[in-house]
Amino acid sequence: MGGTMIIDGRKVNFKDQKNILSVIRDSGIDLPTFCYHSELSIYGACRMCTVETSKGKIIATCSELPKDGMEIYTNSPRIRKYRKMILELLLSNHDRDCTVCERTGKCQLQNLAKRYGINRIRFDQLIEEKEIDNSSPSIIKNPNKCIKCGDCVMVCDEIQGVGALGFTHRGTEVEIKPAFNKKLSETNCVNCGQCRIVCPTAAITIRNETQKVWDAIYDKNTRVIAQIAPAVRVALGEEFGMKPGEVTIGKIASILRKIGVDEVYDTALSADLTVMEESDEFLDRFSKDENLPLFTSCCPAWVKFVENKYPELTKNISTCKSPQQMFGSVAREVYNKKDKEDGKKTFIVSIMPCTAKKAEAARPEFCHEGVREVDVVLTTQELAIMIKEIGVNFHTIEEEALDMPFGIASGAGIIFGTTGGVTEAVLRRLLRDKFGKEEREIIFNSVRGLEAVKEAVVEVDGKNISVAVVHGLKDADYLVKQIKKGEKYYDLVEVMACKGGCIAGGGQPVPRIITKETRALRAAGLYNIDKTTQIKSSDDNYIVKSIYDHILKENTHILHVK
Amino acid sequence: MFEVNFKEKVDEIILGHNSDKKKIISIIQEVQREYHYLPEEVLVYIADTLDITHSKIYGIATFYENFSLQEKGENIIKICDGTACHVRDSIPILQAIYKELDLNDKKNTTDDMKFTVETVSCLGACGLAPVITINDVVYPKVTPESVVKLLKNIKMEATV
Repeated sequence: MGGTMIIDGRKVNFKDQKNILSVIRDSGIDLPTFCYHSELSIYGACRMCTVETSKGKIIATCSELPKDGMEIYTNSPRIRKYRKMILELLLSNHDRDCTVCERTGKCQLQNLAKRYGINRIRFDQLIEEKEIDNSSPSIIKNPNKCIKCGDCVMVCDEIQGVGALGFTHRGTEVEIKPAFNKKLSETNCVNCGQCRIVCPTAAITIRNETQKVWDAIYDKNTRVIAQIAPAVRVALGEEFGMKPGEVTIGKIASILRKIGVDEVYDTALSADLTVMEESDEFLDRFSKDENLPLFTSCCPAWVKFVENKYPELTKNISTCKSPQQMFGSVAREVYNKKDKEDGKKTFIVSIMPCTAKKAEAARPEFCHEGVREVDVVLTTQELAIMIKEIGVNFHTIEEEALDMPFGIASGAGIIFGTTGGVTEAVLRRLLRDKFGKEEREIIFNSVRGLEAVKEAVVEVDGKNISVAVVHGLKDADYLVKQIKKGEKYYDLVEVMACKGGCIAGGGQPVPRIITKETRALRAAGLYNIDKTTQIKSSDDNYIVKSIYDHILKENTHILHVK
Repeated sequence: MFEVNFKEKVDEIILGHNSDKKKIISIIQEVQREYHYLPEEVLVYIADTLDITHSKIYGIATFYENFSLQEKGENIIKICDGTACHVRDSIPILQAIYKELDLNDKKNTTDDMKFTVETVSCLGACGLAPVITINDVVYPKVTPESVVKLLKNIKMEATV
């Protein structure tokens, strides 16, 4: 296929684009859409992408194939009139309190209303105010801001295979909500937050917990310590006009200190601990041929998914706590003593690319005698809110190092933030001394990248270990079904709920159009840090050794879920 | 009426459609025929059995006017408000029924679960307008007065 189209009087060649919309966008025209995401099925709900053909027909370009010789107009008088009308109608049913809206300035509806010069709504607002669902620990669902584009329904069903949200009723009564009028917290929602990534308005937003952190900072008797997840540092910059993948850990450290955080540490270090514990656990299970495959436990959305859908497989999930909770556990060991000595309270904040981490930190098993291992989880997005609030210039602020001792991580800990990273980190430990450098590189490369399922078989001491890496819960679900049917056999399976892994988590900044490139660039950012880190493998990290020798000693059980 | 031990019956309905996801609408229709409405437990059970999401089955059940998630009364009154019946004053008839049964457009089933009132767009008997059906029996050319009489009779029969 291929050919030439005439777009607004200009000849445009096309090759293999899947719809006219892509041809138009590739030709440099930013045709507006609400409901179109290249990775989701085409739904054609918003009608913003309509154009007029030379025959006077109005077509939705998202759902039409490009044809050779076709002539279209993207801004004819009729099209402009229709587009404005659609926007006006959407706005007439929309809660237009933009000044106090979480999404203001980044809302696609607001953005397009501005672009098309909508300065008056001729229609009365007839919609009754609906109840906001704030039952979820991770996200807030505000139906008054919903434009019914269906993106959240699609991502939840097609990419995540969860289907917590759906369309209900018909015509003007359509709503997007969980089945049987349930609250999100009562559904099978896994808190991954991908719905919030695709939502063009503030109908789904992250639960904002920044005030809790401010309160802790302003309390003189509280010591505030922060841990920063690997994926945060390669995406935060996007909120300040930087490219995806640009590493901003030095800026984060200095800004957090400016905000008033007392000590700034790295979750990649506790990821190193996870590697140690998880590889030991794996070898133990592998030698006993017990509860295999071992599923990774770092991703709380995945853990919840298994609990909901495959409770019989929970025994296959690693007992290791996630890096976030391991950090909390180790830090509490250290600071509980310190608190008693200096009469302070220690408040642990973690900064995560993930909305499900909020739910994880709130789980009862991570709370001991009323004290949570992690007090508050802020997403990358909320950190950006705090930074904007204090008004530091993100571009000119000088970079600083993280604090000691929990600020040094291996490259293996860093790459935890992308799909394949956990597996590679574990393999780095298991395969050292077994293979030459080049052979190891080849094995590691087979688990890198954004393919849906990656597989590797490694021979260690005469036995084959087969490994699978999967990201996106729908693909994970498919893999689990294959394993259950006996069509596939693996010893170790890494699952991250979000496509691309934590770098594309539900708490990350939202690019205007989410593409594979954004994910690839963020992942490349992490691999670049790994490249420039001297310590490659978790067991070479001397901080890890000293945590085992001086803090944990016999108490390594605190790194596991009972 | 809906009994808690529904699985056997529902399994039979599902198997009658070869456990085919694509037959979901027929399956739901048959369930509704059985219980006169769609109990939540049954919908959840069907969804889990056919491996479709709860929100999808709920979406289907709420999309079609014909499906009801609310339990219905023993006697189902359908009042036609299609064009022909409407111009022959179906609305005063509806009002009379509402008044007699203490119902309104939000509440369409009586507290004692005896009556459910539904408006439909056309019963296909325009020549007999205005028309109502009670438990699928057609009553032609009704008036507000005759309807009230009908209802009183049904109530009487029930008490005898």
